[in-house]
Amino acid sequence: MILFWIVFIPLAGGLLAWVAVKHGPYVRRKNELIARWVSITALAVDLVLVLFLWLSGSHTVSIAGGTWIAEISRPWLPSLGISFHLAMDGISLLLVLLTLFLGMAAVISSWTEIEGQVGFFHFNLMATLTGIIGVFVAVDLFLFYFFWELMLVPMYFLIALWGHEKRIYAAVKFFIFTQLSGLLMLASILGIYFIHGRKTGIYTFDYFKLIGTPLESGTALFLLLGFLAAFLVKLPAVPFHTWLPDAHTEAPTAGSVILAGLLLKTGGYGLLRFAVPLFPGATADIAPLAMTLGIIGILYGAVLAFAQSDLKRLVAYTSVSHMGFVLLGVFVWNEKALQGVMIQMLCHAISTGALFILAGAIQERIHTREIMRMGGLWAVAPRMGGVWLFFAVASLGLPGMGNFIGEFLILLGTYEVRPAMAAFAALGLVLSTVYAVWMVQKAFFGVNREGWRIPDLEAKEMTVMAIMIAVILWLGLYPQPCLDKAREGLSSLQRITSGAPKVSSIEIFGRQQ
Amino acid sequence: MTAHDFTALLPLMILAAAPVVIMLAIAFRRSHGFTFSLALIAVILAILTLLWKPAPSSHKLTQLLVIDGYALFFMGLILVAGLFTLLLSYGYLNIHKESREEFYILILTALLGSAILVSSVHFASFFLGLEILSVSLYALAAYMRMNELCIEAGIKYLILAAFSSAFLVFGMALIYAEMGTMEFSMLAVRMTPGVDIRPILLAGTAFIIVGIGFKLAVVPFHLWVADVYEGAPAPVTAFIATVSKGAVFAILLRYFVQVDMPRGNPLVVFLVCVAVASMFAGNLLALFQDNIKRLLAYSSIAHMGYLLVAFLASGELRVTAVVFYLLAYFIMTLGAFGVVTILSGQERDADRLDDYRGLFFRRPWLAGSFTVMLLSLAGIPLTAGFIGKFYVLAAGVSSVLWMPVICLVVASVIGLFYYLRVIVVLYTPVPETAAAAGPSMPAGVLALSVLMVLLVWIGVYPGPVLEAIATIGVLP
Repeated sequence: MILFWIVFIPLAGGLLAWVAVKHGPYVRRKNELIARWVSITALAVDLVLVLFLWLSGSHTVSIAGGTWIAEISRPWLPSLGISFHLAMDGISLLLVLLTLFLGMAAVISSWTEIEGQVGFFHFNLMATLTGIIGVFVAVDLFLFYFFWELMLVPMYFLIALWGHEKRIYAAVKFFIFTQLSGLLMLASILGIYFIHGRKTGIYTFDYFKLIGTPLESGTALFLLLGFLAAFLVKLPAVPFHTWLPDAHTEAPTAGSVILAGLLLKTGGYGLLRFAVPLFPGATADIAPLAMTLGIIGILYGAVLAFAQSDLKRLVAYTSVSHMGFVLLGVFVWNEKALQGVMIQMLCHAISTGALFILAGAIQERIHTREIMRMGGLWAVAPRMGGVWLFFAVASLGLPGMGNFIGEFLILLGTYEVRPAMAAFAALGLVLSTVYAVWMVQKAFFGVNREGWRIPDLEAKEMTVMAIMIAVILWLGLYPQPCLDKAREGLSSLQRITSGAPKVSSIEIFGRQQ
Repeated sequence: MTAHDFTALLPLMILAAAPVVIMLAIAFRRSHGFTFSLALIAVILAILTLLWKPAPSSHKLTQLLVIDGYALFFMGLILVAGLFTLLLSYGYLNIHKESREEFYILILTALLGSAILVSSVHFASFFLGLEILSVSLYALAAYMRMNELCIEAGIKYLILAAFSSAFLVFGMALIYAEMGTMEFSMLAVRMTPGVDIRPILLAGTAFIIVGIGFKLAVVPFHLWVADVYEGAPAPVTAFIATVSKGAVFAILLRYFVQVDMPRGNPLVVFLVCVAVASMFAGNLLALFQDNIKRLLAYSSIAHMGYLLVAFLASGELRVTAVVFYLLAYFIMTLGAFGVVTILSGQERDADRLDDYRGLFFRRPWLAGSFTVMLLSLAGIPLTAGFIGKFYVLAAGVSSVLWMPVICLVVASVIGLFYYLRVIVVLYTPVPETAAAAGPSMPAGVLALSVLMVLLVWIGVYPGPVLEAIATIGVLP
């Protein structure tokens, strides 16, 4: 039952926040403040629940041979074999924790930025978070698709109503990309549902029952492509990334944080949890292609990031680059790479989230995102400059920061099976240094030609930043607790795929080189 | 006539008697409120008599009609839709100067026609029901006599509907000439599968499909739909979009489930093409409309295309998918036109996109309901439209109709584009102008709220509805 609360407390908080602004007892300003605090409180309560699950390690449920932390299963549409089935293992737990943490950061970062329709804004924000949490814990494919779609509409509103200049264009593009790919995934979900039903007589959308459905290789590939469409668009992998720079740039700060920090992770999570375990054979077949796409993403994203003059757009392209590592790691599918994928997802979410918060703070102060018009900001806002520098070097993968651990583990895992690919992917580290150093240099050093006089980060913003810095350092210096938490889940995913006819990827790709 | 027959026919009798009673009442005294109440009572009574049945056992009355679970379900759907139309019309007619009372007579006769239509198992009753429905609709479409667009809509509807009826009758005649019977079940018996289809039979069926195609407004028989939707008064448009199309689709399903068409039959191929063309043409034409009624008209073409995909599927999912989608389509279409009705003024209906700019800041509840209706039309989760589209896709995938299914996916993404466009307009702030508060229509707002609750409830927890649909059984 605790999972039900974890998923729906944010939604309830969002509704409450909306009502508070509409029908609150005080003047509008005060009601809006209440709405913000209600949202924060709801997320904090949820965070406590999840932490409780983490720390009280005794609650374990065994489902289909794997160890899970919590589970809830209720019939929903029994005639079709659809149930309200949620389950959480270490992977889900870490990602839900991340969701709540970044959700709070998003609420705080929009404290002064959002002025119109504050109640509705918070409702949309919290509804998106509900959808994302749902995606991370759903283990019924119909329910998964349900949450997958659920997070889109409020996200669309966040971009379309509170975004910047070209917001409508960006919002529609985002929506159409994700909706089209989502529907293709739905067609694939239905495909595996009917194939499983015809072969076994049991029509079900349950993840645990659908795993191991015997499929002919052609069919499996066809169905896998439907899933990949959804996940690669979300991740995003080149060439399906074109929605991302627009959406990230035009979204309000909170929207960018959620997009970069969380929405992209649903793509990575989907690959880990659904695409590979459901179709291990077909995945192995297309792994070289997918890994190549990942490497292209790493390099292409980094090069494009360097070419941007819009600060938020630059950060957006770095996401393409970093998520390329995730794609690479998932398709390498050995223990090191998967551990790396987990760390990379967590650290990318936090460091990019922080960069978007800072970019938003800069835009709020100087009303432009043009890097060329910035310069010399370090002198007027040293705290902001210092924090920006920290996250810029985190993003380029400096040892000691979490991002380094993630990228390093992925490269190590890749090296074991495909040394040449690892070499190409490692070039990404060089390129990321170029853009990261360049953006710090242009924005914060040099001459303050426009004579900016801006207030430095406030206590509230500094608190958020300090916590984010602490997490990045923790993940960089002592990632063991996280790795331990995820290990059980990751290894049970690997067990699933190793039972399949085409065994795990290592043996297949390993000695071809 | 036994007492049992009498009970079974009671809803039809009430619907037939009510217009006479109302006519007499009008002859004595013209009163909008009183007439409205009479009509409302008649429809509610008819709905209650539907529920007052021992079990949904099939009950055949002469060769013409059968009152079975399927007929009862669709009668219920149509009557409830009629009830909502009545609620929406009351406020709408109140602000117009036209004589108001006769409107309700026409609605009731139209309901009678569609109730006959969904319970018919014979060409004669099929045609009779359809004509009662259509003749009422001609008058309803042109009800606002002083409005040019409205007259145009009436004339267009009259000509094209009469034309399609001619096709239908001719097709029936051809089939009768060949088979010697007009009963659906007899036709099914005599058309043994596997035997070559005789040309006259094929031609007859083709003519019937053309006739039905006009009524459903699928491509290439869709040309009337935008003008009629635009010109007809908003509640009448809602009625045409739901009751008329729904009843015709119900009979189409009933007929073709009995008279089975093998795959590869030229008619099946033709229907696949119609479905694909409707989905694409409807959605593409709707893309650049600035008129909400026209936009919804084109979107309804696409929805008929989705329904045809489910209709072309085989197996048990077919009936469930069609019936559920129709149910969702009824709710969301009534809701969308309900919003148009409530916002309409005396001069003209609120059909321009500009009428909706910033609606959220003026009438948040209306804007919220409209958003939910549009999201449902687009098939977004938490709404009935999502479950409906899910079932249609499931039916298509289960019958390995990959081409139509993929077309459906692509077409519904195109569809998203214009639904989102309207939603964005709803939430675009406008400079504080003298926003006319608009007339308040409490009955209409009540109807809309109920529709919205239904839409979300069915979208989140469709179990009971699906169970109800599973029991209806399409074969009499």
